Amino acid sequence: MAKVLMKGNEALAEAAIRAGCRYFFGYPITPQNEISQYLAKRLPEVGGVFVQAESEIAAINMVYGAAGAGARVMTSSSGPGISLKQEGITYMAGAELPCVIVNIQRGGPGLGGIQPAQSDYFQAVKGGGHGDYRLLVLAPATVQEMVDLMEKAFDLADEYRNPVMILGDGILGQMMEPVEFSEEKETLRLEKPWATTGAKGRNPNIINSLFLDPAELEKHNHHLQQKYDRMRKEVLWENYQTNDAELILVGYGTSARIAKAVVDQARAQGIKAGLFRPISLFPFPKVALQEACKKSERVLTVEMSMGQLVEDIRYNLEFKVPVHLYGRVGGMVPAARAVLEEVKRLVNSGKEGKTHDNSF
Amino acid sequence: MITVFDRPEALTSAKTHYCPGCTHGIIHRLVAEVIDELGVREETIGVSPVGCSVLAYNYFNLDMQQAAHGRAPAVATGIKRVHPQKIVFTYQGDGDLAAIGTAEIVHAAARGEKITTIFVNNAIYGMTGGQMAPTTLLKQVSVTSPQGRDAAPQGYPIRVSEMLATLDGPAYIARVSVHTPQEVSKAKKAIMTAFEYQMAGIGFTLVEILSTCPTNWGCTPRESLRWLVDNMIPVYPLGVKKMVEGVKV
Repeated sequence: MAKVLMKGNEALAEAAIRAGCRYFFGYPITPQNEISQYLAKRLPEVGGVFVQAESEIAAINMVYGAAGAGARVMTSSSGPGISLKQEGITYMAGAELPCVIVNIQRGGPGLGGIQPAQSDYFQAVKGGGHGDYRLLVLAPATVQEMVDLMEKAFDLADEYRNPVMILGDGILGQMMEPVEFSEEKETLRLEKPWATTGAKGRNPNIINSLFLDPAELEKHNHHLQQKYDRMRKEVLWENYQTNDAELILVGYGTSARIAKAVVDQARAQGIKAGLFRPISLFPFPKVALQEACKKSERVLTVEMSMGQLVEDIRYNLEFKVPVHLYGRVGGMVPAARAVLEEVKRLVNSGKEGKTHDNSF
Repeated sequence: MITVFDRPEALTSAKTHYCPGCTHGIIHRLVAEVIDELGVREETIGVSPVGCSVLAYNYFNLDMQQAAHGRAPAVATGIKRVHPQKIVFTYQGDGDLAAIGTAEIVHAAARGEKITTIFVNNAIYGMTGGQMAPTTLLKQVSVTSPQGRDAAPQGYPIRVSEMLATLDGPAYIARVSVHTPQEVSKAKKAIMTAFEYQMAGIGFTLVEILSTCPTNWGCTPRESLRWLVDNMIPVYPLGVKKMVEGVKV
């Protein structure tokens, strides 16, 4: 298929259709509105259903019902709306229901702002709601990757019977880039014999996250944990110029695009910089990160937060390499020039044998 | 030997956890009898709430989903939109439906979702130990209105059926009770009508059923039935609140 120029949010919505999603339940919030607007028009054309819910809470619970009924279903929102959805998300994790949730991040906390941010990282990768659970979290960095990860997201959701989050941001949602779609494939769809479709000729199916017996609930938690452990093989990442890098920049999504430009600029000035870009944020590509940072003396995370990804980078590098942070927040986006200055400062301070008080 | 009374197929053989004198058991049975008589047990998907009837998925011999507190109408919306030909019902108490789930029930009704809600109103939070509910009567004592519910700080009881009947989306709304055999018969007829309206695809249907809670009302089962008649029915009058034309019942 030929390439078309599309806005990230719309491309992502079209990709959901191609991935076999026929149900969308959502509530308006900036900067993700194009997703629901696109699907409101597109879903009826393919025999699907679009419902604008009365709240984010209702929307995610409609997703719960539809997922439990066996459908490929999704919702999308941004920070404040994702917070409201946490109730439904933890219930879906507990009841092991597959769905895709898109978070086109904006600045917080509270009502925050409507400009891009990456400050929902903790919420996305550590669970987000109550109880011990995890989402599979995928972080695209281009509009094409938003498209490619969408189909993967639905497949992973079905395979693991778990909610999958696409963690984007306001820039990715609003920017236009050329994209190519693949045709819809229906070959490898998993059967869902557990779904509530009416107990015709079989025992009833029950969708549930309640286990009143503590021993049973502990067993259920162990079962979930084993599933999260199995997910480790789904790690995705990109290395850019990391082979000989003395300083590794780490970032995901929009920040990774900026960091990539910084790597090129740094190399042009004789600094051996590289980029490690995690694409799956949970599971986190720990081994790949350690491998990429093997020769580096320093690591600098670039993120649109006050320092969230940086904590996981330190943890995953087991505190063996100094890890620094360059963060902008509130809808402010890191400028390549400013990140490059930080890179130069770190490299020079290393030469002088100084350690920066902001590391570890 | 002739069997004159048996368990409906739409109920499992599980023993319920309901307190003596509680009418949840009667209401479960009525819903199950209606499902059996309509011959739709294998086509029906139920949604259980949070509250006393949280374990309804163990008692109905049907495909069931357990919903978060108050969200059963949203969950049922998701199910029904995926399976428009199936019968979908929610089973909810008054705390679940009329407090934390107010938005979900109002908007499911306003959208005219083709689902049936069985709304059990006992004017109190039973499962959590007898707290004041949005349906608790004025002067009624609960553990969180120990001096009796006073309108000044605590507001007034909500008449859910009358409120929803003002909307255009609902096709059938009725309030019934199960405190005498005659009322039990009427309640069953109302549940039957609601399911038939749903199957005819007319719109949203709800049957509010006044119920007793002797445990948290602090009285005997027999006294609780009297209390319901003397105190609840004057505030929550029985009858059909809305019934659109177009279905032959």
